[in-house]
Amino acid sequence: MEQFGLLAVAVIGVPLALTGYIFLVEAIVGTLPRRRRPQVRPWFWIGPALAFVLVFLVYPTLQTIWLSFFDASSANFVGADNYTFIAQDDNVRTALRNNVLWVVFYTAAVLVFGLLIAVLADRVPYEGPAKSLIFVPMAISFVAASVVWKFIYAYQPPGVLQTGTLNAVVTTVGGEPRAWLTDLATNNFALIFVAVWSWTGFATVILSAGLKGVPVELLEAARVDGAKERTVFRQIVLPLLGPTIAVVATTLVIFALKAFDVVYVMTNGNFDTEVIANRMYKELFNSRNFGRAAAIATLLLAAIIPVLIVNLRRFRFQEAIR
Amino acid sequence: MNARAVSKLPLHVTIIGIMLIWTVPTLAMLVNSFRPAFLVSTTGWWEAFVPPFQFTLENYEKVLTTNHMAEAFVNSLTVTIPGTIIPIAIAAFAAYAFAWMKFPLRNTLFLTLVALLVVPLQMTLIPVLRLFTNFQLNGTFLAIWLAHTGYGLPFAIYLLRNFFGGLPRELFEAAAIDGAGVITTFFRLVLPLSVPALASLAIFQFLWVWNDLLVALVYLGGRTAVAPMTVTVSNLVNSLGQNWQLLTSAAFISTALPLLVFFALQRYFVRGMTAGAVKG
Repeated sequence: MEQFGLLAVAVIGVPLALTGYIFLVEAIVGTLPRRRRPQVRPWFWIGPALAFVLVFLVYPTLQTIWLSFFDASSANFVGADNYTFIAQDDNVRTALRNNVLWVVFYTAAVLVFGLLIAVLADRVPYEGPAKSLIFVPMAISFVAASVVWKFIYAYQPPGVLQTGTLNAVVTTVGGEPRAWLTDLATNNFALIFVAVWSWTGFATVILSAGLKGVPVELLEAARVDGAKERTVFRQIVLPLLGPTIAVVATTLVIFALKAFDVVYVMTNGNFDTEVIANRMYKELFNSRNFGRAAAIATLLLAAIIPVLIVNLRRFRFQEAIR
Repeated sequence: MNARAVSKLPLHVTIIGIMLIWTVPTLAMLVNSFRPAFLVSTTGWWEAFVPPFQFTLENYEKVLTTNHMAEAFVNSLTVTIPGTIIPIAIAAFAAYAFAWMKFPLRNTLFLTLVALLVVPLQMTLIPVLRLFTNFQLNGTFLAIWLAHTGYGLPFAIYLLRNFFGGLPRELFEAAAIDGAGVITTFFRLVLPLSVPALASLAIFQFLWVWNDLLVALVYLGGRTAVAPMTVTVSNLVNSLGQNWQLLTSAAFISTALPLLVFFALQRYFVRGMTAGAVKG
């Protein structure tokens, strides 16, 4: 019951307190000379947000970079030792390799499925329902999606009835059942596909909106000139969709670099399925090695910085043409 | 069937095939969660569709009571509702300042926010964890509300600032001529006009917090008194092993609310999720 009291205070109290704060600010600003008011007021309005961002994002990010040069308990400066350790550690190497797999195959698969569904659904009368169904997994947490897919991937030895859907299908068409999540040849792809399944709806919706923006006259003109559907798609639709695809791709790359939930729940990085984010979590909570955990996090940030720069450039460009 | 319909056949087959791959797993979860344990271990979930139709609510009863899913549901609500409302309330004021007030450093600060959108959460875990330890906040709801507020703000400010900035300037000039102050303009003009953006943002933030695993694991831990459903279900995956009837019902309980929101508010839902996907 204490929980609900706390909840009520947070839900009603915080917006009320904020409103009170703004009225108070206006009263204080009102005492200033008229000319000074517009210079002072904005700082009060962004004040609470600024404080949160500084305490929970800016300061911790800088602090983590700093801590990556210290030992496990952050007591002694160790130079680049943590970085030399992670450069040689087998677990981190496996994680790096797998994150490359994630970046390449996750991004490619989501884009291909998203584009395929967006283009094909455009030509059938049940486009709306089709896209809705593809979008449903976006509402499902990665934890729940992991349970759903672990059940799909379930394995029984050959000869026993397969209750896992995938192995049931495989054995029905005459194949051998596989332990998808422990088999080193398939497990990374099995994990990646869970995330693909979750996020294809996102790519579909955005690419589909981009597709509707391609002028119909342009397509008609090409068709009248005798261009085949494939040529129309490759020469007209794809180039026009380019910028949209780039935006979706950057989002997917960031996601692939930070992949955590699916791996944590389904394999916890065993059987060579480790990823950087899970490695960092293990260093932090299992080994309690803050130095190494900070170094791995910094590595992750370094991998994301190119994408960050692309985003900033794009933002500046958008602002310039506003 | 005429020739045109036949030529469209491969198209329909492909789309329906993809729709099946995207629907069957969720359907399998749902069906399996209502099947008795002895059938789940010996038969496939698809056999539920042939007689004798044997369904049960036992699994739900069991996970809700003995596996703490009922507590976890309440905890998820306790984490998520303030975790949605607080950042949006704080962001709205800041976004208004960024959109319609002029001040030095405005562009630099906003550019920093855009950069922070993609900074991985992992960069913040250790220092914030230490901060919470110093204030003895680890494992409390207050800690996770504060964390989600900090993490949610850059995107919330970004989205609202873009929306507020798109409102026509004449509106503000007219309000100023009528003698409306900043506060009146904000509460009576800007907020009511921004309901669609606020709804999309609220749905996005709600879903982000509701489905979050990492932040909850780090700042709340696995104690049943505070663990939300994502943490509880991920623990059950380890402890229940092959008890698929229980795991699938726990998973379904954890997705029921987001699915309900999706079907009730599909348009805002899709808009929020697609706008917010860039978030770190």
